[in-house]
Amino acid sequence: MTGLHGSVVTQSAIIRVCHYNIPINIRSAVPAAHAHITLHHLEARLLDNAQEQFTSGGASGATSQTSDVDRSGTPRFSPQDRQARREQYAEELRQLLDDSAILSTDEQLIPYESDGLTAMRATPLLVVLPETTEQVQAILRWARSRQVPVVARGAGTGLSGGALPHEDGIILGLAKFNQILSLDAEHGVARVQPGVRNLAISDAARPHNLYYAPDPSSQIACSIGGNVAENSGGVHCLKYGLTVHNILEVKVVTIDGDLVTIGSAALDSAGYDLLALLTGSEGMLAVTVEITVKLLPVPEVARLIMAAFDTVEEAGEAVGAVIAEGVIPAGLELMDGPAIEAAEAFAQCGYPTNVAALLLCELDGMEAEVDAQIQQVTRVFERCGAASQHIATSEAERLQLWKGRKSAFPAVGRLSPDYYCIDGTIPRRHLPTVLRRMDTLSDEYGLRIANVFHAGDGNLHPLILFDANIPGELERTEELGSRILQLCVEVGGTVTGEHGVGMEKINEMCVQFDPATLTQFHAVKAAFDPQGLLNPGKAVPTLQRCAEFGAMHVHKGQLPHPNLERF
Amino acid sequence: MDTDDFIKDCQAQVTSAAQHKETLCIVGNNTKAFLAPPSAAQTLSLSAYAGIVSYEPTELVVTAKAGTTIAALTQALSEQGQMMPFEPPTFAEQDTLGGVIACGLSGPRRPYTGSARDFVLGTSVINGQGEHLRFGGEVMKNVAGYDVSRLQTGARGTLGVILDISMKVLPRPETETTLVFEQETPNDLAPQIKLARQPLPVSASVVIDKQRFVRLSGSQASVDASVQRLGGQVLHDDAAFWQSIKNLTHPFFAASDGDANSLWRISIADYAPALPLVGQWCLDWGGAQRWLITDEAPTAVFAACAAAGASATCYRHSDPAAQRYQPLDDTLLSLNRAVRQSFDPHGVFNPDHFHTETRA
Ligand SMILES: Cc1cc2nc3c(=O)[nH]c(=O)nc-3n(C[C@H](O)[C@H](O)[C@H](O)COP(=O)(O)OP(=O)(O)OC[C@H]3O[C@@H](n4cnc5c(N)ncnc54)[C@H](O)[C@@H]3O)c2cc1C
Repeated sequence: MTGLHGSVVTQSAIIRVCHYNIPINIRSAVPAAHAHITLHHLEARLLDNAQEQFTSGGASGATSQTSDVDRSGTPRFSPQDRQARREQYAEELRQLLDDSAILSTDEQLIPYESDGLTAMRATPLLVVLPETTEQVQAILRWARSRQVPVVARGAGTGLSGGALPHEDGIILGLAKFNQILSLDAEHGVARVQPGVRNLAISDAARPHNLYYAPDPSSQIACSIGGNVAENSGGVHCLKYGLTVHNILEVKVVTIDGDLVTIGSAALDSAGYDLLALLTGSEGMLAVTVEITVKLLPVPEVARLIMAAFDTVEEAGEAVGAVIAEGVIPAGLELMDGPAIEAAEAFAQCGYPTNVAALLLCELDGMEAEVDAQIQQVTRVFERCGAASQHIATSEAERLQLWKGRKSAFPAVGRLSPDYYCIDGTIPRRHLPTVLRRMDTLSDEYGLRIANVFHAGDGNLHPLILFDANIPGELERTEELGSRILQLCVEVGGTVTGEHGVGMEKINEMCVQFDPATLTQFHAVKAAFDPQGLLNPGKAVPTLQRCAEFGAMHVHKGQLPHPNLERF
Repeated sequence: MDTDDFIKDCQAQVTSAAQHKETLCIVGNNTKAFLAPPSAAQTLSLSAYAGIVSYEPTELVVTAKAGTTIAALTQALSEQGQMMPFEPPTFAEQDTLGGVIACGLSGPRRPYTGSARDFVLGTSVINGQGEHLRFGGEVMKNVAGYDVSRLQTGARGTLGVILDISMKVLPRPETETTLVFEQETPNDLAPQIKLARQPLPVSASVVIDKQRFVRLSGSQASVDASVQRLGGQVLHDDAAFWQSIKNLTHPFFAASDGDANSLWRISIADYAPALPLVGQWCLDWGGAQRWLITDEAPTAVFAACAAAGASATCYRHSDPAAQRYQPLDDTLLSLNRAVRQSFDPHGVFNPDHFHTETRA
């Protein structure tokens, strides 16, 4: 068993942030880095650098939109009242926490106004940054007794407004929970705190020839606690599964302040599979304070084929053809023309330009097997009309080709002042239709769309390019996004594959689920959090909201649970 | 009866039971009755609700009705060179998909490929208020709404009547080979642990009757290379052997029939040392699922498991009233109770199954 310190790894990762210029919302990604701890000084400087590049690159959905109160629940208090509450709450919380762990000034709160979906903003009453599980328990007990909404926050890279503050509530930041508690290489498990960055786990495991499989593109910054809350995937989840498939146990604190262990070192445990229920529950049911993850042996070899196609449809069909062949690639990613050009310009990774679509197909396993599959897949691509194919000749080239894909969002962001990332999943066979209809929608709205996505899983990430400084363009972008998501539902898919519903897709949930199912979701929420204090207003729309959105029929004007929403 | 009528009829039965404070025992073809004590509840059978609703091999997704037999489904999938990767155990010829999912049963492949819950993508369910609900869907990545489909898996029908199930399926491996090694001490886990930490295409590993059986699945090339690396004796007719482990028909399991010896399934960390319980052991899932035939009292089994962070389920006991499930600690119990009651507020479903203390 090795004890590791998360922040040591953090430094190198931040350097990499600068290097790759990945414009996650760095400013708020690791806010604790700005805290008093000397160890973090270097990091803070690097963060500022990154932030500068980030803003000058202009590559984000950042807009200067003022807080949209409606989106986070109607505030109960007037501005004067708010200030009084803030002071009172801070005073009360000082009984539980160090003064420095309570942020209350405007300057301190700004970094927490949004997550990666910067178009939605709200100012919390306070931000608290506990360091121990006991503190989290005490904070939640306090919140319950005071009826204060609590929004948990990891690194703030979420793209659906899951960590968007509640105006009348507090942000419970888990950034200080940044320790890898143990790494047991012999048994392939690590116990980590929720604020540990996704990549830090694999970095710590690598010397043992192990890694943590789910690898979201945001892995240099996003926290494992956030991954659990979103059931995050990555480019390798086609073969290795999502977060839910790669964790064994979580320790969570309920709104009552109880510490509960869910799951175990065994493959299943007594009672309901609450581990599955909690994974992807967007901070609505409990606050995660510890996670036991599985570590997998690094495959003997991993090889990457890059295949270029003259049409996106051909590439889409090639994806199905590979799977029909009985091959499950470790990753199978598709980029369309605009995305390829942007990624190439950004990362100089060696992509051919002037092609309509690129497939990146990774095969891993034992050498003999991978060799055979490489042949099989190249034959399939040829049959499907690939214009050219290239197999990475070295590990360095393989990583270089992935780098282009993993930095595709920020790269596309450079094409325009702002971009908006959509996240729907569709049955793969509808790919050509959906791509065509997105084209039509793009024309209709006069907004360009770049596509880069997890093709193997049918998980689309259309990126809508827009300029928030043009009045009305953000609204049109959001509307276009909503139309695309509804299209996904129409062909039998879902409004979110991996980024979560948060606040962003709350309306589209009304399209995907009927009132009875939504009501059941609320009942599940109430089983954990009867007063609705954990991340209120997110993930599951009230029936009333759906009625207003107009996508749903409220039966005979009757709302089954009109009082469910407290705020 | 057509699909809609069947569903409406089920809904009516549930609503009526809820109104009259009656209970319903949900069954498929009742092949797993031995897993629960006899029930006085009225039967709600899904046997007639059978058939594949949709199957797109290139999507790796199949949707089938709960009453579809595992045999029929296995047949349809293998015609396309695919399989249910969690290798569902079957205890008779007519086991249904609904039963396997409700019981959350997975076979020897489980530690290497995933469990029943890992592959469930969507379900449609009737809750305890007679409402017909749809969770998840037919796509592999879906985080819209709570993951109720996975929650239903293994809930033994206490959270609703599962009607339809969408699952991810996978290509069948090109080839499989089983190697046999002698192992004097059945509880020596070292060889299994060592095996699990290597990037080899292992798809099953069991210790039974002083022998260790390791199955390799994949392309001919990788299986051949692994056989070379591991040594051991090649087992011929290995499919029958794995069937007998999966379906509990191996002679080992027969020892729990007839007399006072009960059969326990213990779910435990694969590396956990042997539990202080006297009996005969079979270590499946690379050590993570251990079968115990013993005359120890249930309380002793549960206590030993609790101390080791494991959980026990009783599969066969001469006393039908014996407690079958590992007791839950207080906080976990109250969460389980709250979850159950959120689906079944009137306590309609399977009153004698699962942790009965969680019922409304
Ligand atoms: C450039 C970029 C690329 C991305 N690529 C991917 C990708 O490939 N795949 C993917 O799945 N996602 C991707 N994302 C989205 C995002 O990184 C993930 O959703 C990630 O898991 C969020 O982690 P976080 O720590 O930043 O969580 P946050 O944004 O801080 O929070 C997300 C949600 O989790 C809750 N939460 C956080 N911590 C806890 C906790 N300890 N207990 C309870 N609830 C908690 C919050 O309340 C919120 O609802 C990407 C984002 C960016 C900016």
